[in-house]
Amino acid sequence: MEREFILEVKNLGKSFKDLEVLKSIDLNVKKGDVVAIIGPSGSGKSTMLRCLNRLEEPTKGEILFHGENILDKKVDINKIRMQIGMVFQQFNLFPHLTVRRNITIALTKLRNMPEAEANATADRLLEMVGLAEKADVYPASLSGGQKQRIAIARSLAMNPEIILFDEPTSALDPEMVGEVLQVMKDLAKAGMTMLVVTHEMGFAREVASKVIFLDGGYVLTEGAPEEVFEHAEHERVKAFLAKVM
Amino acid sequence: MGIINALTSVVNVFAKYDDLFLHALLMTVMLSLATVLISSVLGSLMALMKISGNPILRGIATAYVSFIRGTPLMVQIFMVFYGLPLLGINLPTFEFMGSDFSRFFSGLLALVINSVAYVCEIVRGGIQSIDEGQMEAARSLGFNKRQSMTFIIFPQALKNILPALGNEFVSVIKESSQVSIIGLAELMYITTTVRSISFRSFEPLLIVSILYFILTSVCSLLIKKMEKKLSVSNRSSN
Repeated sequence: MEREFILEVKNLGKSFKDLEVLKSIDLNVKKGDVVAIIGPSGSGKSTMLRCLNRLEEPTKGEILFHGENILDKKVDINKIRMQIGMVFQQFNLFPHLTVRRNITIALTKLRNMPEAEANATADRLLEMVGLAEKADVYPASLSGGQKQRIAIARSLAMNPEIILFDEPTSALDPEMVGEVLQVMKDLAKAGMTMLVVTHEMGFAREVASKVIFLDGGYVLTEGAPEEVFEHAEHERVKAFLAKVM
Repeated sequence: MGIINALTSVVNVFAKYDDLFLHALLMTVMLSLATVLISSVLGSLMALMKISGNPILRGIATAYVSFIRGTPLMVQIFMVFYGLPLLGINLPTFEFMGSDFSRFFSGLLALVINSVAYVCEIVRGGIQSIDEGQMEAARSLGFNKRQSMTFIIFPQALKNILPALGNEFVSVIKESSQVSIIGLAELMYITTTVRSISFRSFEPLLIVSILYFILTSVCSLLIKKMEKKLSVSNRSSN
């Protein structure tokens, strides 16, 4: 029987030395959910997201992906990461590789896909993010918005079940935010499961199926966008929203 | 007229002992090249030890590098030369490139031991200059640590490492002159020989300094060319 949730986070905690960034996080994600993670800076949003594919090693709790605890020592985290994509604030494209190779390298090296097939996949994804003509250039010649769209294409290449977005538009010039959000909206519409740490309240409100508000290492409130944005009861949430909206 | 006389004298000394000098030059080139090639491999391995998560490996590499860089090369050369027999390693003493093989081996070993420490720091610096985000992006795609190093980090680091390795080669060419103290027939040793058989000092020294300068200049030129090529391939096309 199919589980109700594709991702279940239980009592997740993360400390850096004496600093307890995440105290106890619980979160359930269904297939096709778009979860916007909002909250004041320093509230642990990015840390939480980075725990989900173990770029940060959690100090306690459980993360169940299809019911399997990925914090278990027996789990091959590299296999899990192929199914959970990630998009970074700073893009982190590989500067020594062409745009097409950025997208195909994991396919050919990790999935042993023949080069011709991988290239076809790359070209299809580039078409999708509107950058087909950039296949043969190096990342240095691209604008921030273009880089981020390539980074999204790169994570899509592995055909992941979930994509984690860590402030994907925060490093962009304002006029480039729209093009990246548009690609993310298209993805959401196509049914991709996404967790997005964001300061774009418009995006959270319009696209997210669920908004969670993080502060002080806890989830202070969560719910559908209208519940969180219109009927927030928690004082901290109200104060934050008043500032950013 | 003094200058003309001096120059004539230099040319005469070189003409008389040219085969000695050229043979010694070849020896210096071989010795330096072998040192850099071997220490590139060992130095890279030591760099991996130094950035590894294992505190024992890291400790060994750190101690080695600090000790070697904190002691004079000449002491290291003597220690290897006199230490090998103490360790029960007695190399055969057959003729090797105009020099005793056991001396050649001692000299090479001492230079390698020394150079590994410097290469280690070059490689470590090259790897650590790559933004952390590159490793994170590679890991998040599912590459393990070794694959991330091989496909993503190292190819980028190489662009910083290669020119610095070239500079290390230039240093080794100059420092290899110190192995003359254990009687290895490279440039400096032959210079001393020529001084004693020709009863002239300045001329052989000028000749050897010109030969060293030609070697290091050619190397520097090649490094500059390589750097240019690397920076071109690093730039965006189109």
